[in-house]
Amino acid sequence: MESPIRATRILGFIFFSLLFFVCRSAPSHNLLISNAERRIDLTSHIVKVYLTLKVENAGSTPTSEILLAFPPTQVDHLATVEALVTKGKRKKTTLVRLDVKPTELPDVPNGNKYFTIYLANPLSSGESTTLEVLYMFTHSLEPFPAEIGQSESQLVYYRDSALILSPYHIKQQTTFIKTPSTKVESFTRVEPTNRAGTEMKYGPYEDHPPYSFSPILIHFENNSPFPVVEELVREIEISHWGNLQVTEQYTLVHGGARHKGVFSRVDYQSRPTLSGASSLRQLLARLPPRVHSVYYRDEIGNISSSHLRMDSRKSELEIEPRYPLFGGWKATFVIGYGLPLQDFLFESSDDRRYLNFTFGCPLLETVVDKLTVKVVLPEGSKDPSAVVPFPVEQHLEAKYSYLDVVGRTVVVIEKKNLVPAHNSHFQVYYTFKPIFMLAEPLMLASAFFLFFVACVAYLHIDLSIRK
Amino acid sequence: MAAPETSTAAVPTLYTNNTLRNAFGGVLSFFILLLIGVLAFSIRLFSVIKYESVIHEFDPYFNYRVTQFLTKKGIYDFWNWFDDRTWYPLGRVIGGTVYPGLTLTAGTIWWLLNSLNIPLSVETVCVFTAPIFSAFASWATYLLTKEVKGAGAGLTAAALLAMVPSYISRSVAGSYDNEAVAIFALIFTFSLYIKTLNTGSLFYATLNSIAYFYMVCSWGGYTFIINLIPMHVLLCIVTGRYSSRLYIAYAPLVVLGTLLAALVPVVGFNAVMTSEHFASFLVFIIIHVVAFVYYIKGILSPKMFKVAVTLVVSVGLAVCCAVIAVLIALVASSPTKGWSGRSLSLLDPTYASKYIPIIASVSEHQPPTWPSYFMDINVLAFLVPAGIIACFLPLTDASSFVVLYIATSVYFSGVMVRLMLVLAPAACITSGIALSDAFDVLTRSIKFQLPGVSSDAEVDEGETNSDTTEARNDEVKAEKPEEKSKDRPSKKSKKKEREHVEKPSAKAKVKTKAEKKRLLALPLEASVVSLLLLIVLGAFYVVHCVWAAAEAYSAPSIVLTSRTRDGLHVFDDFREAYAWLRHNTDVDDKVASWWDYGYQTTAMANRTVIVDNNTWNNTHIATVGTAMSSPEKAAWEIFHSLDVKYVLVVFGGLIGYPSDDINKFLWMVRIGGGVFPHIKEPDYLRDGQYRIDSQATPTMLNCLMYKLSYYRFVETDGKAYDRVRRTEIGKKYFKLTHFEEVFTTHHWMVRIYKLKAPKNRIRGKTMKSKSKTSSTSSSKRSGTKRNPWL
Repeated sequence: MESPIRATRILGFIFFSLLFFVCRSAPSHNLLISNAERRIDLTSHIVKVYLTLKVENAGSTPTSEILLAFPPTQVDHLATVEALVTKGKRKKTTLVRLDVKPTELPDVPNGNKYFTIYLANPLSSGESTTLEVLYMFTHSLEPFPAEIGQSESQLVYYRDSALILSPYHIKQQTTFIKTPSTKVESFTRVEPTNRAGTEMKYGPYEDHPPYSFSPILIHFENNSPFPVVEELVREIEISHWGNLQVTEQYTLVHGGARHKGVFSRVDYQSRPTLSGASSLRQLLARLPPRVHSVYYRDEIGNISSSHLRMDSRKSELEIEPRYPLFGGWKATFVIGYGLPLQDFLFESSDDRRYLNFTFGCPLLETVVDKLTVKVVLPEGSKDPSAVVPFPVEQHLEAKYSYLDVVGRTVVVIEKKNLVPAHNSHFQVYYTFKPIFMLAEPLMLASAFFLFFVACVAYLHIDLSIRK
Repeated sequence: MAAPETSTAAVPTLYTNNTLRNAFGGVLSFFILLLIGVLAFSIRLFSVIKYESVIHEFDPYFNYRVTQFLTKKGIYDFWNWFDDRTWYPLGRVIGGTVYPGLTLTAGTIWWLLNSLNIPLSVETVCVFTAPIFSAFASWATYLLTKEVKGAGAGLTAAALLAMVPSYISRSVAGSYDNEAVAIFALIFTFSLYIKTLNTGSLFYATLNSIAYFYMVCSWGGYTFIINLIPMHVLLCIVTGRYSSRLYIAYAPLVVLGTLLAALVPVVGFNAVMTSEHFASFLVFIIIHVVAFVYYIKGILSPKMFKVAVTLVVSVGLAVCCAVIAVLIALVASSPTKGWSGRSLSLLDPTYASKYIPIIASVSEHQPPTWPSYFMDINVLAFLVPAGIIACFLPLTDASSFVVLYIATSVYFSGVMVRLMLVLAPAACITSGIALSDAFDVLTRSIKFQLPGVSSDAEVDEGETNSDTTEARNDEVKAEKPEEKSKDRPSKKSKKKEREHVEKPSAKAKVKTKAEKKRLLALPLEASVVSLLLLIVLGAFYVVHCVWAAAEAYSAPSIVLTSRTRDGLHVFDDFREAYAWLRHNTDVDDKVASWWDYGYQTTAMANRTVIVDNNTWNNTHIATVGTAMSSPEKAAWEIFHSLDVKYVLVVFGGLIGYPSDDINKFLWMVRIGGGVFPHIKEPDYLRDGQYRIDSQATPTMLNCLMYKLSYYRFVETDGKAYDRVRRTEIGKKYFKLTHFEEVFTTHHWMVRIYKLKAPKNRIRGKTMKSKSKTSSTSSSKRSGTKRNPWL
């Protein structure tokens, strides 16, 4: 069932690559890449690609936009693209972050997708600059065999091109691929290709025209667990009485090769290195410092296997699922904690307040397929607006919590396909009058007052018909 | 106590002083009650503090699941709920077979909180329902005892009940079981009955019926009420205590109560059809006859009355004989004589072990041991006799009820350890009476002999406080005809009136009483010493209760802990296994296990089970028992015919958890053998001894339960030493052919096996194996009842 699909996919790749050579329409460019070096890191299940481009403007007009191209099969798994440019000379270099935005271009060959890097200073004719590009793929390692037993190790396929896909002419390029271990079953050779230890080197290749493509397939051992959070809902509740309550609901799955047949506890306990090498035994969550009242539970109660280590800069919560996760096994759990409000809530210059909090998933080395961040603002707050450093979907909701009358405004932010690189800060701005803090205590007090008045009244009224 | 009424006409100094005292007493007892409520609630929180806020044990998980369904789907879906997750392939009609009181209570609390925007989870509400209701129960105890012996005794009894270990064992936070609310309902019903008996008010009689309805909704133990109250009524009639108040207390309860009880689906027509309820109808007839006789007596002259009596008695006897004959014939025609198995085993303690192994197999249906009395009611056991004596001084309608209650509940607790729970309130009430009377006597003796106190009047005031109720009881009796003529005065004017009437007579009485009591006073030293001793006794009780609540009864039993040198070690294997089942098996997979784990599997793992703790179908349970005690192939066939995909066994041999399936195994054999006679208990015993070591019988060593429990166990330590049975197992190396291990928890407490798919048929082989199996099965099952699932 699986293999014909794979075969067609590979064929498709080859077909596409041929097409690339044939039809080179693309926007007319006068840019060219004089040197490109690509390092692909396959050690974990998140594929990290470091690309160093030396871009040269060979045309006559200055330009400030540089295009990156991705084949459609990769762009679905693309989690993040970042670009940096080195500034300054020699030792005093600093890295400056550049804007990267997905771009739709007309008349695109083979459904390629583009990202545009916007340079801070336009590149004038004849000038050149060096860009550092980092992008990450998720779900790009395909386990093969797709099902393994308890004592087998996990082998995966990685597909890419030996040549960098680019709308520009590349004068010279090299690709380094790093595998987690020396155990590599097979790899495609596109001469010159070298393999030394855990590293493979494709290239250097000289003078390839735009949209050159040469598919490669690497089959190697990757025994690291593939923790994938299928869905994560983070609820951040602000209480102006001084607490920030965070509740995170996880649906965790081991995204590696599916477990097949028997699970033997004897083997698992007596030979931990051989048996279940790729199983997910524990996870590490990095929480903010000064965290308190941490809990870790699921729908049937507390999970006792967790440890919390705290120091002044960070807190680390080490959690074990109830059972070791083998490929395809699932678990759901909830992590909750409280934080002091003054660390995260600030007043902006225009008399508004803003929450400054990390966006992504606190678990290390984890892919999140779908993240929903819900910021619950206190009752009575107005004009909420969220500032997130990358494109997200947003909407507002209302939530009724303890003794609420009008409900709390909830800013809901949704994003798909996240990697740890998304753990940057985001801000939610809102206005809030402190008098609203007293609404609920006053309400309670008046309710009790009325109750006692009613009691007193009842005791003093004689309701009998006959005196 | 009564609220102060300062606006009365005559205001002698003594009187104002007295009202002030009363008011102070009222406020004081209000706050004491409040504190008792807090105590009752908080002493039950040890389980949450020591472990976590989680539902305990087995049955509570079912109740929790039902509550979840109720809150999610609403009341109408709840009544119509047919549960296909359990008793596969039969299913169970939950709405019609469950006592809905607890579920509806918790559901209502949850709904109320959520409509006030207090977002508590269903689980939290369920966990804390029992402690809340034990606070209510102690208040109800106060009401009941106050009616019997006054506010002092009421407060003492309430305090005792708030922390009686027997009740704590069933109502700690998380123990979300029927008994949690039922004990409150039971005491409250009794207190309303006594209230009606003391006041003769129809209002309370109606309330009483409603309380009875709530009890019927909550627990099968309602039959205790509907048998105890008729017994008491009969006692009153026999001892010549019949009054119109008794009639009002009883007749509406039977009529309204039975009608209301029939509304509960699980009871339905049982309310008029089963023998448990016949006593109430019989007494209902008797009380009408007696009432009629009293009426006739009132309108006829004594001579005429004698004539009428002889006439009626002769005719009545004939009719009665006929009716009784018909009744007996009807009852005798049904096999269980119209009694349910559990009730029968109450009347005849040996019944269950003889006929229904499934009832006998439950540990809480065993008779208790002596230490368990001391464990569960502690010093109350010594105070109860004193309390009974106090109830006879003087014997009123109310106190005779308490005596009857304690006598019957002692009997029932002797039959089933579970019914210790019914004994506990009775013991608390009598001990409360005893303690408060003792304190009363001792403090009064001290007071009389203290040099500072001389004036009679001042002392008397103190007495009136405790005497009023007693006096009132006498009063009520005395002014019975007068009260009849009154319509239904409002409670306040009545109170006022009564105080008016009471005062002069009470004062006179108090005078004479004071004289008497002066003579009864004990020596000062003796009373001081015994007072101290009583306080020490109370302190022992408190210490014991706190210990019981903290250590003995707080474990949720799904999480086990053990204290070792390295600190606390947690065994959370049950939830590990259930969570694994929940997330890593198909939604429609069926899981077979012994019935103990049925409720937990449906609630925590959300998977369909074959049998569960609601043991309504003996054959089905016997089928699972048979499969567990059969050899692998036969077991596989039974499970396969039931569509089972996973088999779950609980095994404590690695860590020494004693209540595992191997220790329960003989019950599986017995219950299985009861329906399928080819399973014979002696086959599993060597010389009458149950053993799993090398001396064990081959049948034992080849049965499925043995194999699933000990599969690859030898590889853990090389010797296969079972820590529960304290022996090496008999057969160490074997392979499974029809099952495969799919999950074993961290401490091996739960092991889950998957049935292997049936093998492809190979021509020659099938023929051979077929002929073989058919021959073995026919030889085995010749002349025996066949498994209906095959």
